Amino acid sequence: MAGTNKVGIEVKRNWCKGCGICIEFCPKDVLGWDEEGKVKVVALEDCIDCKLCELRCPEYSIFLLEKEGHNG
Amino acid sequence: MEILDSFRTDKFPHIWCSGCGHGIVMGALVRAMNKLDLDHDKTVIVSGIGCSSRATGYLNFDTLHTTHGRALAFATGIKFSEPELDVIVITGDGDCTAIGGNHLIHAARRNINITTIMFNNSIYGMTSGQYSPLTPQKAKATTAPYGNIEPNFDPCELVQGAGATYVARGTAYHIKKLTRFIKRGIEHNGFSFIDAVSQCPTNFGRKNGFKSAVEMMQWQKENTITIERAAKASEKEVKNKILVGELHHNNRPEYTANYEQVIEKAQKGGDN
Repeated sequence: MAGTNKVGIEVKRNWCKGCGICIEFCPKDVLGWDEEGKVKVVALEDCIDCKLCELRCPEYSIFLLEKEGHNG
Repeated sequence: MEILDSFRTDKFPHIWCSGCGHGIVMGALVRAMNKLDLDHDKTVIVSGIGCSSRATGYLNFDTLHTTHGRALAFATGIKFSEPELDVIVITGDGDCTAIGGNHLIHAARRNINITTIMFNNSIYGMTSGQYSPLTPQKAKATTAPYGNIEPNFDPCELVQGAGATYVARGTAYHIKKLTRFIKRGIEHNGFSFIDAVSQCPTNFGRKNGFKSAVEMMQWQKENTITIERAAKASEKEVKNKILVGELHHNNRPEYTANYEQVIEKAQKGGDN
């Protein structure tokens, strides 16, 4: 089973500067580029909730959110 | 998103360039402080001058943005007057080891209970890329267009030699380790020094063949070795690698505690 589907990903686009750190170091290629060169979620179902994108984001503009009904 | 409670988010997006590692290191500091549940009213964060030192403007604590190189001098005064406060210093490699080099060695010698996090991007980024005492030899800078001829300090060996009692190195890439080392540094009773290897894509990376911040973090991954692995590795594997880990940890009397004893003795009218 690839993903847990327990999480959602919130992106604060107005803080994102498009450095690509979250995209390039995501172990499951969950993230990609949007047409303005900022991050967008492309494969949420593959997310393994490792939080490396959130921990390494220099702008605090990407967060994993637990979906309702799951306690991790 | 609880991390955002520790920031002055009305100041975001912050001033650092796209891909700058300083935001990653500041995030590690906040997560370490959150894990320790530090009282915002009993924590003081002090910075000097430079890109790193802009961090205090974004942190929702009692903060002090001081003069170049003097963060540790101000922090020493704060800790000395109110020893129960947790005092954390944010400084850069130039601020800490050049302009503030003397403050650094004497804070370490005194073993004052201050945690210093050095945001180490190997360059004076704010002023457009002059070499610092931590710019690697042969690396290019605006002041070394043909390559830096000076050997760089190993800041961890420097502070250990001067008497620091907790010394660790992490990187923006090794984010979980870095957060753990900062947490342990704050918990440690004595002078703690964390060398937080960061990246400056704008003023170091562009002059030294890096195309992006991602490439610089990949470099951090490939050119470091943990002390645990280094202990088992061959000399060849360890050569030219930067050590990541808790490099030094011991205990000896702390400065403000020593001073407290002097006060008690004097108040009892003891011998001079």
